[in-house]
Amino acid sequence: MYGRKVKLRFFFIIFILLSLILSVFMVLRSLEENVVYFKSPTDVKLIGELESKKIRIGGMVKKNSIEISSNKVNFIITDYKNEINVTYSGVVPNLFSEGKGVVAEGYLKDKSFFEASKILAKHDENYMPPEVKKALGEK
Amino acid sequence: MLKFFEPNKIFLITSKAPKYVLALFIVVISIGLMEALILSPEDYKQSHSVRIMYVHVPAAWITLGIFTSITLLSISGYVTKIKNFFLIAKSLAPSGLVFNIIALVTGSIWGKPTWGTWWVWDARITSMLVLLLFYLIYLIAWRIFEDKNQVLKITTFITICGVINIPIIKFSVDWWNTLHQPASISIFSKSSIHPSMLFPLMIMTAAFALFSILIFLMKYNTELIKIKNKGLDRL
Repeated sequence: MYGRKVKLRFFFIIFILLSLILSVFMVLRSLEENVVYFKSPTDVKLIGELESKKIRIGGMVKKNSIEISSNKVNFIITDYKNEINVTYSGVVPNLFSEGKGVVAEGYLKDKSFFEASKILAKHDENYMPPEVKKALGEK
Repeated sequence: MLKFFEPNKIFLITSKAPKYVLALFIVVISIGLMEALILSPEDYKQSHSVRIMYVHVPAAWITLGIFTSITLLSISGYVTKIKNFFLIAKSLAPSGLVFNIIALVTGSIWGKPTWGTWWVWDARITSMLVLLLFYLIYLIAWRIFEDKNQVLKITTFITICGVINIPIIKFSVDWWNTLHQPASISIFSKSSIHPSMLFPLMIMTAAFALFSILIFLMKYNTELIKIKNKGLDRL
């Protein structure tokens, strides 16, 4: 039903597609460092030498770790394996709260102390009405 | 086998169908908007800004779906040399572009109060911007290349390059750390959106799908009229 030419064109397309996928895959693999938007506290632990470059650290805000003094917010970012202390002065976004995701942008002072110049809240994939959340919490 | 592709028959459908699709669209979008804006509950964490999701997520789904369809149609057209496939692909593109812009803009509006920023260069958002560029390249290519055979090959190649980006968009949130949250709805596991919020989301998706069908039919109709008037281009 299909001629030889049709088959040839089909395989031509398939080969173009495969080679493009492979090359994109290779490019992304080698750029992995730059594609990730933030590092986790564990990644920070593994950094060999401290650089004075702006980086982003993401994870969860540790429960009961937020301290607000006059114009500073201090909290701990954790990935449940390692922790990092963050200090920040400025306005935090609405969704910033304990036990929730956060991304901080700024400079590492040392391996466990981070000075943030920007705080972004990271939302998780859960959506539910407040009553349901309450019911879940009571369980 | 190709009776179905007879231009006159298609033209009969495309010139009549839009009004029915429009009527259905109005009904579905009114139900959808009522559900999304009034009846559905607010979110425990983000309160009323969750309502932006009912526009953002369907728009993003539709734009990904349309680009994938354009690619499949272009490849089928290239392989079988049936020009009608290209016409359908070309007519689908504008609504895909519009929904891509809607997804980016609503995401930005949602991001400001929740994340605390309008824009970040994370993998999901950047790859979505790349898709927008591919839509633009695709549509511009149809305008600038005069030679018919050339334009069909070039647009097919553009879609093949662009379609690689589709799985990257979909899985970017799983493969890399991104600011964008991972998917809430999956075919294989329980969705993490409460049913009372899932329902308006589905209705809005249906409404947006109807809208893109409507725009597609109108655009396709215009393309067919153009061909009729020229009288030299045969499907």
